Amino acid sequence: MTQTATQAPQAPRQAPAGTSSDAAAATQADISREIETISADYAARTSGLEETMPRRDYPPYRSSILRHPTKDLHHADPETIELFAPVFGHQDVDALEADLTIQHHGEPVGERIVVTGRVLDGDGRPVAHQLVEVWQANAAGRYIHKRDQHPAPIDPNFTGVGRCLTDAQGTYRFTTIKPGPYPWRNHHNAWRPAHIHFSLFGTDFTQRMITQMYFPGDPLFALDPIYQSILDPRARDRLVATYDHDVTQHEWSTGYRWDIVLTGSQRTWMEQETDA
Amino acid sequence: MSTRSTLPPTPGQTVGPFYGYALPYDGDSELVPPGHPGAIRLHGQVLDGNGDPVPDALLEIWQADSRGEVAQRPGSLHRDGFTFTGWGRASTDGAGTYSFTTLQPGPTEAEAAPFIAMTVFARGLLNRLFTRIYLPDHPALASDRLLCSVPADRRHTLVATAAPDGLRFDVRLQGEDETVFLTYPGHDG
Repeated sequence: MTQTATQAPQAPRQAPAGTSSDAAAATQADISREIETISADYAARTSGLEETMPRRDYPPYRSSILRHPTKDLHHADPETIELFAPVFGHQDVDALEADLTIQHHGEPVGERIVVTGRVLDGDGRPVAHQLVEVWQANAAGRYIHKRDQHPAPIDPNFTGVGRCLTDAQGTYRFTTIKPGPYPWRNHHNAWRPAHIHFSLFGTDFTQRMITQMYFPGDPLFALDPIYQSILDPRARDRLVATYDHDVTQHEWSTGYRWDIVLTGSQRTWMEQETDA
Repeated sequence: MSTRSTLPPTPGQTVGPFYGYALPYDGDSELVPPGHPGAIRLHGQVLDGNGDPVPDALLEIWQADSRGEVAQRPGSLHRDGFTFTGWGRASTDGAGTYSFTTLQPGPTEAEAAPFIAMTVFARGLLNRLFTRIYLPDHPALASDRLLCSVPADRRHTLVATAAPDGLRFDVRLQGEDETVFLTYPGHDG
């Protein structure tokens, strides 16, 4: 479904219409300037407090402009249902779903990797037996999604979707292929750093989150408004996995480690207080 | 005892545009089968700051059963048609509409109005949002702790409206009648 086959090239090296940025008027220089301005304001803040989450209102990410709430979030004390989370079990997730490289007849193309780590709550307690979902582009930076028209090859041996349950220590482990960077239409010549999407549950509904894991040293970090929407460099770094040679396997795969910390569990505190 | 966390939390990021082949699954939005006794349809639209539909949002609900009991049972990803797990997921369509089949939740706490907890994800939304869906015309609405803490002119954004087949609840990410979104203790945003 790419347009490359039928499209007459208008100029050498011209990107096909499906991925061109005609609708995106800004250049990378424009976006980078906006990122730098917001970043400088943050660095000059007097509070000294670290913002740990992305700004929802972050104009360099153009799609956020009409999709962020303009009013302050309203404080709620969690009530019963919010102090519990859905439960998933082995009837929900097959152990084989944690290996994204065995879902088809052949081996996918690319660098085989293992990504592993622990899901913890804010007090360092493991989130045990809970669902972790991942999805990602293939080694060429192409998603198996009808809306991804980026003219990079689809890999018939790679879908890029996985699931697992954490173990009693909160550990998850996926075998996959290192995703490639991919172009998007936020601005002209916009490229996302390589990433794996992670969907996570805690022990409380209020801990539900979706995020993206990145790879160390990606040259696109500084240019990417989604990554840069987290203003504090310490917070941004928490999305970057660490290369871990102890996870790397002899003549098989390289290894990355990435731990995930959810917001604190209110329910566990209440139970402890009751016990005390 | 403090509820502050000792480890800094991992930041969220947008769900992006391409979750559609990964997160939806067969039966995701059917907490009960459509013909189930007491089944209601919970549906609505997700709208942006221009009032335009958001065709790439993902909504999740989590709720007690009709007796107010919180299910702690697996099976949400492979529904057997009999087990109420209390959790479901729905994607918006090209018109920004979503639809769940579920049960009316019962009250979980004395004097608190029953509600369905909802999480909102979307392309363009850099971190998830939480809200609550209260049932229309419930006698406990007037005294509900959370509703009473919300300015009167915004309270209605948290209450579903009655529809012939169940409940309607629209999510307005921005603008006039913006939905009240919630932050919980320990959240930084």
